[in-house]
Amino acid sequence: MADETKKRQYLAIESGEMSQPFRWSAGSYGSKFLTEIRDNKKFWGIKCPKCGKVYVPIRSVCGPCYTEMTELVQLGDEGTLITFSVVSFGFVDPSTGLQRPVPYGYAVIQLDGADSYLIHFIDETDPEKMKAGMRVRAVFEDDGKRTGSMLDIKHFSLIRE
Amino acid sequence: MAAKRVGIVGVGMTRQSSARRDVYGIELINEAVRAALDDAQMTRKDIDAIVIGNMDHFEGINYVDTWSVDGSGALGKPIMKMTTGGTTGTTVAMGAYYHVASGMFDRVLAIGWEKNSESDTTGAIITAFDPFWDRPTFGGAVAGLALEATQYMAETGATEEDAAYVAVRDRKNALNNPYAHLRMELNIEAIMSTPYLAWPVKLGDMCPRTDGACAVVFASESIANDFPSPPAWVRGLADRHLWAYTSDPYVNQRVKGGTWFPAMERATAELYEKVGITDPLEQFDVAELYLPYSFAGLRYMEALGFCERAGAPALVRSGATDMGGKCPVNPSGGVLSSNAIGATGLLRVAEAALQVQGRAGDRQVPGAALALATGFGGCYWSDELVIGKEKPEKVRG
Repeated sequence: MADETKKRQYLAIESGEMSQPFRWSAGSYGSKFLTEIRDNKKFWGIKCPKCGKVYVPIRSVCGPCYTEMTELVQLGDEGTLITFSVVSFGFVDPSTGLQRPVPYGYAVIQLDGADSYLIHFIDETDPEKMKAGMRVRAVFEDDGKRTGSMLDIKHFSLIRE
Repeated sequence: MAAKRVGIVGVGMTRQSSARRDVYGIELINEAVRAALDDAQMTRKDIDAIVIGNMDHFEGINYVDTWSVDGSGALGKPIMKMTTGGTTGTTVAMGAYYHVASGMFDRVLAIGWEKNSESDTTGAIITAFDPFWDRPTFGGAVAGLALEATQYMAETGATEEDAAYVAVRDRKNALNNPYAHLRMELNIEAIMSTPYLAWPVKLGDMCPRTDGACAVVFASESIANDFPSPPAWVRGLADRHLWAYTSDPYVNQRVKGGTWFPAMERATAELYEKVGITDPLEQFDVAELYLPYSFAGLRYMEALGFCERAGAPALVRSGATDMGGKCPVNPSGGVLSSNAIGATGLLRVAEAALQVQGRAGDRQVPGAALALATGFGGCYWSDELVIGKEKPEKVRG
């Protein structure tokens, strides 16, 4: 009881609905990637002229080779499940201010033709039904609803033969 | 100016708890600094420079170096802020080390602190990541680590119970540490019965959110023996920050036999070469490792070379890493018992120093002479330091 009384004597202030909006530039390659998923539901990666690795997320420098990349490579909308989780704890998404709906499947995905990986949602919430190596396909947001963000991909779906 | 060997001569830490509402951030910092200065029998005037760090978006105060000068004692002195995410605490230790090793400063104070209670930890961690490629779907540390845990189990056959053993060990060790946040004796069944946060990671597998601070005094070899306690020498250090985006660490999958943690493998290779470590389990007397969740206590042991790939479950279950074992891991209770993020890495260094100085109280590993301390963060970053009782023969980066 004494502790509770003591706790109450310490004041705190809250930031409340404070908002500090940012406006980030995607750059030319990021813009190309996001515009293509928005307008054409197509994925593009970028290829290192030295090691030949194809990167998604798209970027202009291959870190290990430290070379500038300019060659865009079109990728499929299917890929492979690398690893996954099912998120069940609730938290507020700081990008939207809204509770992220749980549970949701969360996965590392390798798009066909890419050497690096993406993280995204997967439409399965039973971990027993997922296994590394399974095939997945991107499910895009409906026409007219895509805005040029990674959320233009609704989620990836397990391809169930 | 010749390079100098560097010893740790003073350590201060605050009580760690879920919410230190009794102190403002500056006061929390001051509590740790006063304890470190008292420990070294120094005053603020004796300090030549200060390195401070935290994750500033956790408190929303972005000029911590300036804001904290009254509490840190940096008023009118050179100060640098270093912030590298989870590794912040080990990075401030390295920064203080570099200051002294350069020969430009003799007495440098490293400070790491956090008040995790002041914001939502998952939200704050998400905003540390890329706004285009990571944030829209990222679920913070818990979800990110769960991806690694799933992969580790699939590739090695390790089980959730194997991971729970690590949580049981570290939390039990915390019973010996009066500064620790969670101090509880749990068994594997108790850990296994906690709810999933992000499969396969359960509440009992995760570190807590903690308020706390730590301060450590680094001194050059010219004066390191002029303090009440014998110096704990920094025998070597190494760090690697490899990846940009949260999915990048998984690119390493094709490295044959690799642990998927190349940053830790590469830092370890450099460090062990510098310090002359060929068999860490035999050579280290104690390790204070940044294990933010239980599965890390398996996979990171492999990346640190304590056992072969997939050998960690058998290693930890053998008792070799328990108190009384060949190389006790986290006598302090580790990160699974206290995680005031900016302080966490520095606490590993501080605990390693106390061990080799023989000043670790109830958590002392008898006769400890060589200790490993690590920091972990973000996209699988890795900081590592070796702290020893013996002075190194020369300065080794």
